[in-house]
Amino acid sequence: MIDKNQIIIDKTLDQEYKYGFSTDIEQYKFPPGLDENVIKKLSEIKEEPQWLLDWRLKAYKNWQKMTEPKWANITYDPIDYQSLSYYAAPKRKSNKSLDDVDPEILETYNKLGISLNEQKRLEGVAVDAVFDSVSVATTFKKELSKHGVIFCSFSEAVKNHPDIVKKYLGSVIPYTDNYFAALNSAVFSDGSFVYIPKGVRCPLELSTYFRINATNTGQFERTLIIADEGSYVSYLEGCTAPMRDENQLHAACVELVALEGATIKYSTIQNWFSGDKNGRGGIYNFVTKRGICEGDNSTISWTQVETGSSITWKYPSVIMKGNNSVGEFYSVAVTKNKQQADTGTKMIHMGKNTKSTIISKGISAGEGQNTYRGGVKILKNASNARNFSQCDSILIGNKCGAHTFPYIDVQNPTAKMEHEATTSSIGEDQLFYCNQRGINLDDAVSMIVNGFCKEVFEHLPMEFAVEAKQLIEVTLENSVG
Amino acid sequence: MLVLENIRAGIEDKEILKGINLEIPEGEVHVIMGRNGSGKSTLANVIAGNEAFEISSGSIHLNNVDITEMSIENRSLQGIFLCFQYPVSIPGVSMAYFLQQAINAHRKNQGLDDIDAVEFLKNSKEILGELQLDNSFLKRSVNEGFSGGEKKKSEILQLLTLNPKLAVLDETDSGLDVEALRIVASGVNKFRNKGNSVLIITHYQRLLDYIQPDVVHIMIDGKIIKTGDMELVKEIEEKGYSWLEE
Repeated sequence: MIDKNQIIIDKTLDQEYKYGFSTDIEQYKFPPGLDENVIKKLSEIKEEPQWLLDWRLKAYKNWQKMTEPKWANITYDPIDYQSLSYYAAPKRKSNKSLDDVDPEILETYNKLGISLNEQKRLEGVAVDAVFDSVSVATTFKKELSKHGVIFCSFSEAVKNHPDIVKKYLGSVIPYTDNYFAALNSAVFSDGSFVYIPKGVRCPLELSTYFRINATNTGQFERTLIIADEGSYVSYLEGCTAPMRDENQLHAACVELVALEGATIKYSTIQNWFSGDKNGRGGIYNFVTKRGICEGDNSTISWTQVETGSSITWKYPSVIMKGNNSVGEFYSVAVTKNKQQADTGTKMIHMGKNTKSTIISKGISAGEGQNTYRGGVKILKNASNARNFSQCDSILIGNKCGAHTFPYIDVQNPTAKMEHEATTSSIGEDQLFYCNQRGINLDDAVSMIVNGFCKEVFEHLPMEFAVEAKQLIEVTLENSVG
Repeated sequence: MLVLENIRAGIEDKEILKGINLEIPEGEVHVIMGRNGSGKSTLANVIAGNEAFEISSGSIHLNNVDITEMSIENRSLQGIFLCFQYPVSIPGVSMAYFLQQAINAHRKNQGLDDIDAVEFLKNSKEILGELQLDNSFLKRSVNEGFSGGEKKKSEILQLLTLNPKLAVLDETDSGLDVEALRIVASGVNKFRNKGNSVLIITHYQRLLDYIQPDVVHIMIDGKIIKTGDMELVKEIEEKGYSWLEE
């Protein structure tokens, strides 16, 4: 049985990454290296106001004083920040009309199953497409502007809505926060910006699709979402990259601000190239994501399905400042081959009657290492705060690992905390049961794993729940152990 | 239907089945009785193809096809169904989804399209009614939080849904109250017909009050040592197994 499983596992590891192609386009790219002049040049190309350049330079100075964090349960070769290029953009200028986008890029998104043609696009989903360092197209802008919703690239927001950007940029993740956030603050090139006005329920799902194409380039995007009082928005990001032998750095920042009574649902399907079976290549994904429930009765909900990247370092967090505010984190993280994921969340309870829920599902196959790291902090004034945490891990095969590091800090005696954790293997008995009913190994594994992830998938918007389910099936095909 | 010839099987170095010969013709119900540890459940698992057990000699034929080396799912597709003594739970997978996956695996093997959802629901509701289970049973996760009775009824639901050629019932009567036993037995009786066969594995005669077997075998220490009819069951009830050992 063990030998047979080993063969099946080995077979899986040879599987091709569906999104591994690259696009051959003319591009403008900075030479490798990072110093103040690079940041000034970047800011100049983007025609940024002085305050933003100043902010970038302060972040850069701060970054230079910091050191890379070493506490995560991951190992990787040191990153040479001077060998990376900090800006790559398609040469053909796009002034954001689809007709102006390089057809090669449109074709790339078509191949990824993301049609930027509004007629062909899934109904009810508006997309902002980010290709390497720049946003190339945003769909359904007119429809959204009827409702006063602003959905555009970060660069456009800086030009057209500087007051909002200035007010909120860095308000949730200051550039002093951590090494990768500081780097991002200094060199971020583009990203998405969303503003939902008071009382508006955003009529479409908003979605950003990130694609890394260029070689030896870091991708540093920044997303800022502000939901004004009583508004609602559901936002989704997807990510893929070509298969390349060298590792590529992705260090993004996402800031969410929910004002009184607002709700932000943020979903991620992360499928960056994860490296080959020997662990060569793949994306280093060092991402800082944080939301603040600024007003009373507000909600921020993170849902993530992490299947790609060779390294994932990511802790989408919620600061519950408003009374009765709610923070949620639903996560599925899959590691196979030599992938390593250290992911989880931080829930910080400041307001009264605040409530947080953490559901984390880790799946390890091959030689994958999967770590859940989660912090729950209940501050002094947060009376009647409640947290429920559930961290489950499933192991497929006998060379992988699952680790759990929960941190709990309670400063108010009225807090209620619950924590549950389980680790299990896909049982021979479960497989035997399914096989005995005529269901083959692949179908049985995907059924068992999807059942395991159900509580998380339920929180994804419908179209994406189907995508997530299929992604897990493809990822784990032939990985029985 | 099912023919076992001189089956020897076990786990690692321990031989549990020590030369089993058994023939179950079409349309018949056979019973294997024996104490705990006599190898009855091992026999059920070996027929189903559980790879935890290794067959060292002998052969298994189903309708003249040699299935000794066949995979578990192919045996199922050929028509072997095992009612598990301890069915495992599969959290997050609904009974409805599980049943459809199983049905569709069988249909695919027969070159048919997936079952129509309306037809599936209609068939399932009929069977659920007979087993006195609520329709909401289909929404529950497979065997998760099921009572002892519900687990066994779930097995019979699957039996009646898949309608195999050979049903192997492994201690299906254990852990059931009289009412549940009656319902489970009537499910098995509904399944029975001239074209299929049943193998009941038990160490009590209580299930046999409801299901009339054609042939009764007694198993001791990995061997079938006596074969007879219902009279043999009565003798076992009165005298136990010791008089058969010497």
